[in-house]
Amino acid sequence: MTRNTGRVLGVNGNMVNVEFDGAIAKNEVGYIRQGDIRLKGEVIRINGNIAALQVFEMTGGIVVGDEVEFTGEMLSVELGPGLLTQIYDGLQNPLPELARQCGFFLQRGVYLQALPNLDWEFTPTVSVGDIVKAGDTIATVPEGLFTHQIMVPFDLVGSFTVTSINKAGTYKTRDIICTIEDSKKKKIELSMVFSWPVKKAIQLYSERLRPVEPMTTKIRIIDTLLPVAKGGTYCTPGPFGAGKTVLQHATSRNAEVDIVIIAACGERAGEVVEILKEFPELIDPKTGRSLMERTIIICNTSSMPVASREASVYTAVTIAEYYRQMGLDILLLADSTSRWAQAMREMSGRLEEIPGEEAFPAYLESRIAEFYERAGIVRLHDGKIGSVTIGGTVSPAGGNFEEPVTQATLKVVGAFHGLSRERSDARKYPAIDPLTSWSKYTGIIKQSDVEQMRRVLHGSHEVNQMMKVVGEEGTSVNDYVTYQMGELLDSCYLQQNTFDPIDTSVAPERQKHVFAKLRHLMNMPLTFETKSDVRRVFNNLRQLLLDWNNTLWESDEFKAAEAALDEAFKALM
Amino acid sequence: MQKIYSKIESIVGNVITVRAKGVANGELAVVASAGSTSFANVIKLDGDLVSLQIFSGATGTSTGDHVRFLGNPMRVSSSPNLLGRVFDGTGSPRDNKPELKEEMIDIGGPSVNPAKRIIPRNMIRTGIPMIDLFNTLVESQKLPIFSVSGEPYNELLARIALQAEVDLIILGGMGLKYDDYLYFKDTLEEGGAMNRTIMFVHTASDPTVECMLVPDMALAVAEKFALEGKKVLVLLTDMTNFADAMKEMAITMDQVPSNRGYPGDLYTQLASRYEKAVDFEGAGSVTILAATTMPGDDVTHPIPDNTGYITEGQYYLKGGRIEPFGSLSRLKQQVNSATRDDHRALMDGMIRLYASFKEALEKQSMGFMMSEWDEKLLKYGALFEEKMMDLSVNIPLERALDLGWEILGDCFEPNETGLRSDLIRARWPKHLGE
Ligand SMILES: Nc1ncnc2c1ncn2[C@@H]1O[C@H](COP(=O)(O)OP(=O)(O)OP(=O)(O)O)[C@@H](O)[C@H]1O
Ligand SMILES: [Mg+2]
Repeated sequence: MTRNTGRVLGVNGNMVNVEFDGAIAKNEVGYIRQGDIRLKGEVIRINGNIAALQVFEMTGGIVVGDEVEFTGEMLSVELGPGLLTQIYDGLQNPLPELARQCGFFLQRGVYLQALPNLDWEFTPTVSVGDIVKAGDTIATVPEGLFTHQIMVPFDLVGSFTVTSINKAGTYKTRDIICTIEDSKKKKIELSMVFSWPVKKAIQLYSERLRPVEPMTTKIRIIDTLLPVAKGGTYCTPGPFGAGKTVLQHATSRNAEVDIVIIAACGERAGEVVEILKEFPELIDPKTGRSLMERTIIICNTSSMPVASREASVYTAVTIAEYYRQMGLDILLLADSTSRWAQAMREMSGRLEEIPGEEAFPAYLESRIAEFYERAGIVRLHDGKIGSVTIGGTVSPAGGNFEEPVTQATLKVVGAFHGLSRERSDARKYPAIDPLTSWSKYTGIIKQSDVEQMRRVLHGSHEVNQMMKVVGEEGTSVNDYVTYQMGELLDSCYLQQNTFDPIDTSVAPERQKHVFAKLRHLMNMPLTFETKSDVRRVFNNLRQLLLDWNNTLWESDEFKAAEAALDEAFKALM
Repeated sequence: MQKIYSKIESIVGNVITVRAKGVANGELAVVASAGSTSFANVIKLDGDLVSLQIFSGATGTSTGDHVRFLGNPMRVSSSPNLLGRVFDGTGSPRDNKPELKEEMIDIGGPSVNPAKRIIPRNMIRTGIPMIDLFNTLVESQKLPIFSVSGEPYNELLARIALQAEVDLIILGGMGLKYDDYLYFKDTLEEGGAMNRTIMFVHTASDPTVECMLVPDMALAVAEKFALEGKKVLVLLTDMTNFADAMKEMAITMDQVPSNRGYPGDLYTQLASRYEKAVDFEGAGSVTILAATTMPGDDVTHPIPDNTGYITEGQYYLKGGRIEPFGSLSRLKQQVNSATRDDHRALMDGMIRLYASFKEALEKQSMGFMMSEWDEKLLKYGALFEEKMMDLSVNIPLERALDLGWEILGDCFEPNETGLRSDLIRARWPKHLGE
């Protein structure tokens, strides 16, 4: 194949105009030659024989006339065994390996192989003569906790006959392990790795299913009140410092899924470091293995090139879809989708496109919708069920949800966990606003029971608002009880201390158990003489509940604390 | 070979264009007119049309001026001789001492590989309870002081700089009032810290564009010393001037503004500076304390808003005090598990009660009768503001924690605090009983 070439015509920020010969495709990758180094870019617009290349590196030093090589390939990621535990930048460069080669700083123009060429225990699952098509499993290798399926590359069209397949044994990632041929007898050699263009959804499944099974996070306010379903989507908008990242990190540790992919998109490098250093040390109680073994990190932080930030969320979701094809449940957490949207905005500005609201491009909404559409729970061709759940944070300018990214996201997601400045200021964490947030999914607790809690919370809020108008003295004792009940549910159930070893993750069984207790309290006919009686009783209940939260599930202390609470309930009868 | 171009095609704002070949994006140039010279750098290439921004501003630039390309990007000296010296926004001496040309390094260098960072772990003690107890400052943190102009943010920066145990202080002044510049100089001299200080100062009377170089200059030098094992504290004041200079440039370049005239890449631009804060594995660290004045005391203004999304918290300075609301240190949890077992619980618990106090205050201002509980909160709020928030308080963290319990004990019954019983048993002031 002849590679097309071109020459740099102009540079504006990370947008480079290139005059090219021959035919090139939109989203094709090109490299700008700078002496020994090559700077990677992606074609995002073609006009006559001029291509606009968004360059994934700092563009300092580029000179008009510099040579450009086009690859004929779209921006892609490598898929195969060895992805788990990796830490990649937005273009799937392995960062620890990069650090070994280049030291403290990210060097321009260094692109490493995404998958190391490791040994794998290979077991074939097809034989010579079998007919296969894209996505079919031809072999398996154990990858950490999982049986990694080696599949026919997803981009091969039609049916193929297996003409050779290696015996069981140890092979390297890039060894040829199988050959197949198409109906015209054209042979294709397969290794355990193939690539896939990141901006294209992988759709090798027989049907999409409705997300109904809860994906528990061990965060009470989410699992009980604002649940997320496997294969569902949710967003977490909130002003700076309200707790989006802390919430996502807690979710990445505790979520009941097989694999977690963290896309740190245009946020702080330090936050990724926390995961990087802590996850290998943390043991997943479910598997007894380190949390890192089920984690992949895509890390394109705020000071890394903005074009690869744009690519990073696609890299992440493509890897998620790949593992979904093995019948696994994947959770993708993107922090923050606003930075991705801003990357699109910067690009659009340099292309001099007609700006929409707040200078975001007109296609912002459709891009956001396309991204979240890549979540879903599917029945695969082999009958297995796999899912990709997507949770994205949104960082609205000025903390105001009436802005393009939040609004576009709210249109497409299944749950909305809105963080409130008021709650985070008052250190009421997680600062998800229980009244304005919503979820279309069903959680671990009966819907009607959840509704009861919601009614109490609303009632309590209303009384509190009213008290601000008529004062406490103008409020009836009964209303005051409603108010205190809501406050109690908030401080002892909805609030949860992420930094406390016990409270940080609360298993669904415990949530159900505690919730039942609280429902019992909500159902009790409570009568009091005075408001200070109410306050006294509720202060006591709060103390008992907080101390109960602080005990290990089903331990003796847990039972003792529960007994103390039961006593206090009895005294109320 | 250096070629000189003498035909300037256009002059718009502080940006000029010349026709030249073989020029690199980001390259530095010297623009010489009859009486003066200024640095400029290449910000856009379009065929042979080269756009440059002139650091000293284009006022007086003529189409007949000479442009000489230097073949390298902007650089700054990083030699130990910088210590005790004062430079302007382009790195030229401000103190009548010789120019420094040794160990020149590029400014605005590449970012640190996240895989090479380590988790910050050293608390920086300041003696200020609103910082040490409630929003602990940590080595390698990036943290601005949000404030209205007129607040003593420069005093606070200088105080922390002197109190912090760092090897090197680098001051980056942007649009600094001359008096403030002298204040920093005098204070650091009096504190005996001038010999471990380097200053890059752009004053309010200097050309605007020059201030855009100050953070890069200061941070490039800081990074170099940190790699050599030094703990470096960088003070950047006032980043709002930096952002405004960027806005001016964006408008000159006809960029579509995204929010109140600010360019869409404001976040990225600020982040690439603040992200230079780092703790290097096996070497030193860079801590960044900045001042960000909020136009119109509006924290949702694009400058503080974008900053807040980038930095690791902020100190919200208002009425001469660090406000409990709006102030945050995101790195506090890295260090406050090791300070004292009651630190975390007390820090959150006391702020929760302060929030309730604010509600009570609101009710009081509406003229409602205060309940017994409201009265307690009012007493608590007053004590909290006097003993914790007043900036003249200067006590170690441990004393501040004890003081916290004393205030709680003075105002509340234990089960009114929302704190866990085991902590209360251990820490409730003994003379009061539980
Ligand atoms: N659940 C929590 N429990 C205790 N503290 C919390 C919790 N959530 C947030 N915080 C506190 O608030 C700080 C900021 O939280 P976080 O970094 O998650 O904010 P954010 O919403 O991601 O902000 P940004 O948009 O700027 O990234 C944390 O560093 C921590 O101190
Ligand atoms: Mg965050």
